[in-house]
Amino acid sequence: EEETNYDQASGNKKTISLPISRVRLIMKSSPDVSSINQDALFLTTKATELFVQHLALSSFNNGSGKDTNTLSYSDLANTAQETETFHFLTDILPKKILARDYLNSLEQMQEEEEADY
Amino acid sequence: MAERPEDLNLPNAVITRIIKEALPDGVNVSKEARRAISQAASVFVLYATSCANNFAMKAKRKTLNAGDVLAAMEEMEFERFLEPLREALEVYKKGQKGKKEVSEQKRKEKEKKANSENDKSREDEGEEEDEPMEEEAENEAEAEEEVEN
Repeated sequence: EEETNYDQASGNKKTISLPISRVRLIMKSSPDVSSINQDALFLTTKATELFVQHLALSSFNNGSGKDTNTLSYSDLANTAQETETFHFLTDILPKKILARDYLNSLEQMQEEEEADY
Repeated sequence: MAERPEDLNLPNAVITRIIKEALPDGVNVSKEARRAISQAASVFVLYATSCANNFAMKAKRKTLNAGDVLAAMEEMEFERFLEPLREALEVYKKGQKGKKEVSEQKRKEKEKKANSENDKSREDEGEEEDEPMEEEAENEAEAEEEVEN
């Protein structure tokens, strides 16, 4: 696979960085897909790059990272939940809660149960 | 060829580069965030493919084409991608055409060379006629070859 951003044959800057072959593998794993023409393959690869940029930037702008100058996982999870176009990601970008908060709420639930007796 | 789980992921180095180029200079990206974006990208491909395939099936086609992918972007509410996608496709198609012409040229030169070396006479007339048809099939074969890289 070529690592350079330049097309070795023509010397022009390549319009995509992601390997088309890998994207094709993912596409073919989708049920009911028989074949994909070359242009569609290119477009999907390019769209994926645009998507990565869009997700990263939106999450950064939307999140608390501007203070820490860091893009963190929670920025992504929050953006997935808050922005409609990213809703399809909520399953793979679940919000996380701190273990101690979870344990606290468990304890609270137990206390409430015991209080009923 | 069996698919291993990691094959459905996109290369980390490239994903990281794309993220860094999108963000303002000097912004850090946690390892977790990078991994999550990479996974999100794979999910995006699947979602886009499924969506595009619906359009192809509606049109009773078995092959996904460019129009299907663009329609999918609109459906997914990523209209902002349409313009840059169309532009990139233009550039790409020109590049592909250039490559094909170069390899056609090389092929013809090779044949010429073989001809003069063997001193055989060929029916150039017949060959010329066949070319337009051959090109279609060759295009597909070449395209597949390129993709396999």
